[in-house]
Amino acid sequence: MTIRRLLCLMMLPAALGGCGDHSMTQQNRYGTFTKAALFRDGTEAQVPPKGAIAQGELDRARQVATPPPVDMALLARGRERFGIYCSPCHGLSGHGDGMIVQRGFPAPPSFHSSRLRAADARHFFDVITNGYGAMYSYAARVEPRDRWAIIAYIRALQQSQRTDMTEVPQLRSKLP
Amino acid sequence: MQLFRPGANTIAMLVIAAIGATPVLAVGLSYQLMRSPYATDQNVTRNQPVPFSHEHHVSGLGLDCRYCHTSVEKARFAGMPPTETCMTCHSQIWTNARMLAPVRESLAKGQPIAWTRVHRLPDYVYFDHSVHVAKGVGCTTCHGEVGQMRLMRQAAPLTMQWCLDCHRNPAPHLRPTEAVFDPNWHAPKDQAEAGARLAATYHIHTDHLTDCTICHR
Repeated sequence: MTIRRLLCLMMLPAALGGCGDHSMTQQNRYGTFTKAALFRDGTEAQVPPKGAIAQGELDRARQVATPPPVDMALLARGRERFGIYCSPCHGLSGHGDGMIVQRGFPAPPSFHSSRLRAADARHFFDVITNGYGAMYSYAARVEPRDRWAIIAYIRALQQSQRTDMTEVPQLRSKLP
Repeated sequence: MQLFRPGANTIAMLVIAAIGATPVLAVGLSYQLMRSPYATDQNVTRNQPVPFSHEHHVSGLGLDCRYCHTSVEKARFAGMPPTETCMTCHSQIWTNARMLAPVRESLAKGQPIAWTRVHRLPDYVYFDHSVHVAKGVGCTTCHGEVGQMRLMRQAAPLTMQWCLDCHRNPAPHLRPTEAVFDPNWHAPKDQAEAGARLAATYHIHTDHLTDCTICHR
């Protein structure tokens, strides 16, 4: 009996020592997107108050107003961003036959239609920013500068589908 | 009078050896346990409010990681997509699927979907996605074959040992910029030279990469 009592006594400090987490793995602060009792909606991800202006907002407004000069770097960036955000529906060549369209999404118009060949760059910019028809807005996913880059790449795609072979004679040898 | 049989010597030696070996083995065992998938939560498939399949969206549809994880190149946090991103397609496709009911409810109520976290680092670890992808560490290097996962699971142990293995010698894992988001990338045969070359181009200097303050700030 005494041995059992002694054992119980010996266990007590061990049990007390386990109280609380001293490892600092969970610290007294909110991580990204965690639950937060402090706020009424229970989340750490708070919407900025009405009228708040984000850092860099002026610069962003400038980017919206003035298209950047088109060079190879911008085209490469546009090609990359087009591949990420546009090609799922518009297709890699811009015919409006991307994988999501093949799976049942309403087909967007081809970039090679005469209407979109004639459309000015601002039209494409507005569509990316605000959405159009079934297409959602991409304003939150694509920065203004990247929108211009994508538009430059769309122009390159349009050019690629209406080019006369005589303009690129060195290409003929590469074609099957 | 003989108290012990001749075999008693052997038994005595074995007992002494066992007493000596027990602490060594116990330390070894607990060390192995600490690093085992049982302790690191490796390969545990988590239940999610919506059974989102990376296999379908990545391998089946060919979506780029950045279509949903938009801040991975810009911030510490790779970014969890808002419900709006799901609805970009699912406002038109599978609009009545029961599986997607929580997504529609989330959009209607303006309440984010509460996903179960799969990769969790201790709070004393500073980790930044943007610098890793900028320096040629690909998504699947740490997250495993995401394109084969129907439900998300943690592929790597995420132990300090595992972080340090790469911080000491990153070259075998480095990819060219255009391959960072490629879910099917495999190291080429000449990775030893290619990796060293890439480390130089990315300006990766290992002499400070194992400093405490790199990850503990």
